[in-house]
Amino acid sequence: MLSRVANHIYWMARYLERAENTARLIQVNTHLLLDLPRSVPLGWEPIVDILSIRENFYANYESADEKSVIRFMVTDPNNSGSIINSLAAARENARIVREIIPSEAWEEINNIHLQAKADGQSVLTRRHRFNCLNKIIKANQTITGLVGGTMNRDDAYAFLRLGRHLERCDMTSRIIDVRSASLLPQMADEHPAFENIQWIGVLKSLSAYQMYRQEMRLRVNRTDVLEFLLKRHSFPRSICHSVHQIKKCLEELPQSDAVCDQFEQLSTIVEKLDIHTLTQESLHHVIDEIQAGLMDIHLAVNKAYF
Amino acid sequence: MAIRWGNYATGPFYDELIKGRNKPREAAVDLCSYLRGLSDKDIEEYRVAASTAIHVMGITFTVYTEEEGSIDRAWPFDIIPRIIDKKEWQQIELGLKQRVKALNMFIDDLYNEQRILGAGIVPEDILINSKNFLPECLGVKPKHGVWAHICGSDLVRDQHGTVYVLEDNLRVPSGVSYMLENRHVMKRVFPDMFEKYNILPVDDYPSELYDMLCQLSPREVAQPEIVVLTPGIYNSAYFEHAYLAQQMGAELVVGSDLEVDDDDIVYMRTVEGLSRVDVIYRRIDDAFLDPEVFHEDSMLGVPGLMRAWKAGNVGLANAPGAGVADDKVVYAFVPDIIRFYLNEEPLLQNVPTYKCINKDERDYVIEHIDEMVVKPANESGGYGMLIGPHATKAEREKFVRLIRRDPRNYVAQPMLLLSTAPTLIGNKAEARHLDLRPFILSGEDISVTTGGLTRVAMRKGSTVVNSSQGGGSKDTWIVDMEGE
Repeated sequence: MLSRVANHIYWMARYLERAENTARLIQVNTHLLLDLPRSVPLGWEPIVDILSIRENFYANYESADEKSVIRFMVTDPNNSGSIINSLAAARENARIVREIIPSEAWEEINNIHLQAKADGQSVLTRRHRFNCLNKIIKANQTITGLVGGTMNRDDAYAFLRLGRHLERCDMTSRIIDVRSASLLPQMADEHPAFENIQWIGVLKSLSAYQMYRQEMRLRVNRTDVLEFLLKRHSFPRSICHSVHQIKKCLEELPQSDAVCDQFEQLSTIVEKLDIHTLTQESLHHVIDEIQAGLMDIHLAVNKAYF
Repeated sequence: MAIRWGNYATGPFYDELIKGRNKPREAAVDLCSYLRGLSDKDIEEYRVAASTAIHVMGITFTVYTEEEGSIDRAWPFDIIPRIIDKKEWQQIELGLKQRVKALNMFIDDLYNEQRILGAGIVPEDILINSKNFLPECLGVKPKHGVWAHICGSDLVRDQHGTVYVLEDNLRVPSGVSYMLENRHVMKRVFPDMFEKYNILPVDDYPSELYDMLCQLSPREVAQPEIVVLTPGIYNSAYFEHAYLAQQMGAELVVGSDLEVDDDDIVYMRTVEGLSRVDVIYRRIDDAFLDPEVFHEDSMLGVPGLMRAWKAGNVGLANAPGAGVADDKVVYAFVPDIIRFYLNEEPLLQNVPTYKCINKDERDYVIEHIDEMVVKPANESGGYGMLIGPHATKAEREKFVRLIRRDPRNYVAQPMLLLSTAPTLIGNKAEARHLDLRPFILSGEDISVTTGGLTRVAMRKGSTVVNSSQGGGSKDTWIVDMEGE
């Protein structure tokens, strides 16, 4: 397949995955706020940190209140990672490769972009938010289903999954990082009862709660949640699963030696990880390593194929 | 009861569906009675369903404006189809095949023996002054002697019902994807009408196109590598380029995806390295095709493409230089061209055309400028024309000056009373002018689309059907009434 086309497919998948995960993040934070007592200092700032966009955010807004953060993350054209910009970028990439992807998938991408534009500001009110964001999550799930159910298992499909899992892995690592490292320690002492709710929130932002219960069969606690989200193959949004999928994609692609070398480094980090001995600080460090590893793979893919 | 045929006025024009007050043409009887049975609410529902389908399917075209740059607009579509009886269509089809066959012989002759110039049928200076004549193509013999592999001829009908060819588009005619998508929209919106009528299908066009392109391959391989070369997503017809590539399962490429090596072979850059290309369906104008030969600053083309084509290592559709016959002055000679090469009388008529290059005809045009449609020789898309009867005095005077300054560049035609068809305006059917663009494919043999793209001027009284200037479109039904 054409190098240029492979590049567009890869980015289309990344942007779609980014839009979905951002929507998940906001969705769960909104719900969490409803469950926690007023005295808990949980706000919207961690979301800004999860996405490493602090600087850009404060250049545009004075404080990290709910409306500002949501506007910034969903509809703000100044934030290159806002949902609306991600969807626009996904659509633009899809438009260029619309002869490669199934036409139903293109229709869906086109549709969700129009829909998100039409929803506009209504996402700022909690009453409409759930619906607006759910549409975005469902749209990407629909697209995933459409391409999975109708696309040839060829290079194009491998690049699509490669983009998807690199992005998903990155987003999942960010969600774990901020939710566990910066927020919870201060919480645990004062509100031990709510620590659970926090971890349930982490699981729910990844649609992982139900699967966690089935797989771990334990009360929600830090170690098991981290074990589930970092190390278990079975859950399709876990770091381990995404890493495994990246490997499978690379095996399918031609001339992937250089990228595979890069991949081994990431794979080793994830394999060596022992949750039971992991302190908050070392967790944060490992997640930084994972993100750097993902970036290196991205650069290697860029060099090898695009 | 929203559409009342008793209130539908056809005026002095030939109407495609309605014969006279309250009298549908034979092929339109069922359609008209079906439409009459719809309530306002039904009509609104159909209209919304059609526009939703167009929106969701992402059927767009791009318009350039100075203020806003390029923008994507939803494809304008009217839900009332245009109907043509199969018996009439078969005659038109024969005429188109004859015409395109002769045009290809003409182009091949111009770039080789130039018999027609020697015989004095077409004056030589027409050729020398043609912007689209490419001396670089002299002596080239493309496969099957075909240069214009894809031709879009615009047909119109006058007040007496006679069909004329208004122009032939031999460079990179567009619109065929809209013909195909219009049918998809209609099937989504009016599935019940497709049971009532025996409507001939249109969707084999991409396969026909693919087969024709395969015939141009320089290599004898089972599956030649075919690509569609597009200027990119900001081109007004990009939707179509992507659509056709998708339907044919061909790669859609931009210039930078291709390269020509010293071996004069065209390659594309893939994730596995360079891979040979056999046939290019190019949707880029000649001037931008190869910066080594034409515009050297063209970013759209492929350096070395002409070398590869002349060496016979790649098939190009349409061939460079085919546009020489896509010239409004050459148009005026087409009936003579058909007689010269085929020794036959033209089956389809030309609109009577005055060539401003001849003094008598020029004087007549200038004298009757308020009755004339004046066209520049080498423009398309309805740009740079004068519609005499609708123009202001200043506009007419400007064109008289333009004609005097460069007579070779202008032809004029009497204002035709274009036919109309019922078109949904609000929730009423009103008469609007239209034309028809069938597409003719030429390779080893010639095939014609079943019908074509019907374009309709949405503004009352207007005859400008170009989508870039407010035109819309209709699905075109060729119906087999004998099967009823």
